[in-house]
Amino acid sequence: MNARKLRDFIGTKLMLIVTLFTSALFFAIFLLLLFRSALVLQTEPITDILFSSTWHPDNGQFGLAPIIIGTMLTTGIALIIAIPISLLSAIYIVEYAPRRVRKTIRPFIDVLAGVPSVVYGLCAFLFLVPLVKDFIAPWFGVQTTGLCIFTASITLAIMVFPIIISLCIESFDAIPTALKEASLSVGATKWETVKKVVLRASAPGVIAAILLGFGRAFGETIAVNMVVGGIPIVPKSLFQPGETLASLIASKYGELMAIPLQESALMLVALILFVVVFLFNILGVLVLRRAKKRWKY
Amino acid sequence: MEILNKRIIEEKLFKVLMILSLCIVLGSLFIIFGLVIFNGASSMSLEMITQTPKSGDVLGGGILNGILGSLFLAFPATGIAFLIGIMIALYLQKDFTPSWFSNFVRFTLDILWGVPSIVYGIFCLMIMIYLGVGSSLLAGIVALTLLEIPIITRSMDESIKMVPVGLKEGAYSLGSTKFETAVKVLRRQAFPGILAGVLLGLGRGIGDAASILFTSGFSNRIPSSIFDSTAALPTMIFNLYSLPSGQPKAYAAAFILLVIVLVISVSSRLLTRRFKKHVIK
Amino acid sequence: MKETQIETKNLNVYYHKHNALQNVDIKIPAKKLTAIIGPSGCGKTTLLKSFNRLIEILDEVKISGEILVDGKNILVHKESEIPDIRKKMGLLSQKPYPLPMSIYENVAYGLRIHHKKKGKELDDIVERCLSEVGLWREVKDRLHDPATRLSVGQQQRLCLARAIAVQPEVLLCDEPTSALDPVSAQQIEKLLLKLKTQFTVILVTHTLRQAKRVADYVIFMYFGKVVEQGPADEVFNNPKTPEMKAYLGGEIS
Repeated sequence: MNARKLRDFIGTKLMLIVTLFTSALFFAIFLLLLFRSALVLQTEPITDILFSSTWHPDNGQFGLAPIIIGTMLTTGIALIIAIPISLLSAIYIVEYAPRRVRKTIRPFIDVLAGVPSVVYGLCAFLFLVPLVKDFIAPWFGVQTTGLCIFTASITLAIMVFPIIISLCIESFDAIPTALKEASLSVGATKWETVKKVVLRASAPGVIAAILLGFGRAFGETIAVNMVVGGIPIVPKSLFQPGETLASLIASKYGELMAIPLQESALMLVALILFVVVFLFNILGVLVLRRAKKRWKY
Repeated sequence: MEILNKRIIEEKLFKVLMILSLCIVLGSLFIIFGLVIFNGASSMSLEMITQTPKSGDVLGGGILNGILGSLFLAFPATGIAFLIGIMIALYLQKDFTPSWFSNFVRFTLDILWGVPSIVYGIFCLMIMIYLGVGSSLLAGIVALTLLEIPIITRSMDESIKMVPVGLKEGAYSLGSTKFETAVKVLRRQAFPGILAGVLLGLGRGIGDAASILFTSGFSNRIPSSIFDSTAALPTMIFNLYSLPSGQPKAYAAAFILLVIVLVISVSSRLLTRRFKKHVIK
Repeated sequence: MKETQIETKNLNVYYHKHNALQNVDIKIPAKKLTAIIGPSGCGKTTLLKSFNRLIEILDEVKISGEILVDGKNILVHKESEIPDIRKKMGLLSQKPYPLPMSIYENVAYGLRIHHKKKGKELDDIVERCLSEVGLWREVKDRLHDPATRLSVGQQQRLCLARAIAVQPEVLLCDEPTSALDPVSAQQIEKLLLKLKTQFTVILVTHTLRQAKRVADYVIFMYFGKVVEQGPADEVFNNPKTPEMKAYLGGEIS
């Protein structure tokens, strides 16, 4: 048989196998997590786990509600802060900044995106925590150690900035100039053009950016762990410590690994993380597909 | 004219908000860099980077164990992830597969990219427990490889997708087989993009803590075999940050990490620009 | 020649130091169709887009000289007054660019921005404009569909409706038929001829035949300079300059 053809054949089949294995990884992770969570799911019904507020692993109680609430709070607040700031920054960079300013700023955004989570956590611990403890919380009349939901949310927001900004910049850049000219020539101001034309036309990209930012904030383990306080109770104020799903795994791992039931509970948390990320990815794809169909440029 | 004034005022207002937002973003960047560089520089010394902690005393000596550990973890992981990734990325090209398959694979890769790194750590840990092995360099490399594969693959995939169809057709008409074309023409044309993808993965691999927390363990010594536990810069920071006496080391480690991130970012830009010259549009 | 709507005096436009328009002195008559013709890249679009100061949105553009609209120099206005200047000029581009909204909203866009009309009044104006361009019957049952679903020819007519909705005085048309099929192109040409009774139409075209079909007045440009201008009959039948003669003879295009 022709040597080239043989090499071709083997090469192609090899690539296929590698590809299949990699896609299978997704299922492998899901199944393994499911399998290892089975133990705790057999002991307690899933609704109890999700909605109960008592987290006493030693007593066999695995109420995740406080942790879920902590996750929703940190992720939610982070996004509320990050989305407007990122959008406005991106709009400025693309539409208003002089060309030289634009060129110098973009590398900074990329660098911000590459900073590892631990470094964010370290800086948050050493700068934000004292700031919150000594200035921000007292201003609200609250006492805190600084390790709290608020600090974690701010940290997450900062981590999410570069993600949303760079994706938005990409989307805005893709809008043809002639479209903006069409709006301007009817007498619209640049801002009105941005509001009514650019944002609408780039909506799929902006949505994708936000979803990606959500994914990052939701799954962030290390930085949150370093500043959120690690106490799995429902926080009564933003300045109280709390815990998030991802951070819980890092916090409790050592303690709980010895006991199968407790380990199984942590596996369940990991499974929840995985499933939520998966669902949001699907949501993202669906939304993007629908939005792209409506506005074809 | 009055209405125009209102509209102009609205625009001016938002312009102020925009600049404010940008200042917040850039400000955070400068604070982070300022903190790390200032504090890191003051804890840096020759001793710090060339020595490991003396046995029994985590807080003494230097962070060489972390530095080398990180290198030993990230480079092999990136290498393997690249090999796997390039095979997948090439295979996803239209000639080899029906589009439903490549869309499916891309979708799974996108999900895998979004999976929090701690899940990869847990996954590998489960396998380690099943096999009855403890934490080790090898396990850490595997975890990082899994983490990096989606990142590197999708980046490369995106750049290869942009190669003009005409080039491929030109190669076919000269008698290359599908496989040869894929390997030769595409690889060279998409080289800047491939390089950028690899650097992206490397950066992630060096900086990630969650995936190696349980898999590579920790150690005061430089690993002598791949079955040893090993420290790494991120895990070192994570372990030492809350102890005031551990903070100099944490800062030093953070300093080095930031330098690495900067180097990767800058070289990624420079290399892509240089090689873009060879690329035909 | 009737009253002059637009006049330029010694207009120079520089893109990044390249002198794209050199010492342009022209007069454009009101309520007539003026065609700007010339070989590709000679500055026709630049001239057109300087009338509504649209070229300024690009980086590193310098303009000197005067552009007088109804006797007033529009180049002296502050940036904040430009939207009002632009309102006086409608723009029709080469490729149709419907805004990312419904058909109705596209036409209503300018009106809403200038807070001019609402409700029933708005509906009437939208209907009137769509009828003017011959689209009303085709779209009246799907006014709220996305505009991008129309065919290319319909989209271009929609852009025309959008432009005339704010009642400009001038219509700037940048090769508006070059991306269209012959039938749609003809529709647009007919519309422009109809509309020139209401608006001053300035048409940039790179087809000599189109200019001959529709122009009342012609401006011939060659590499950034205005080489010849005048009533269409004169320019086409009695060209005075060698470049114009060459262009008419098909030697340069």
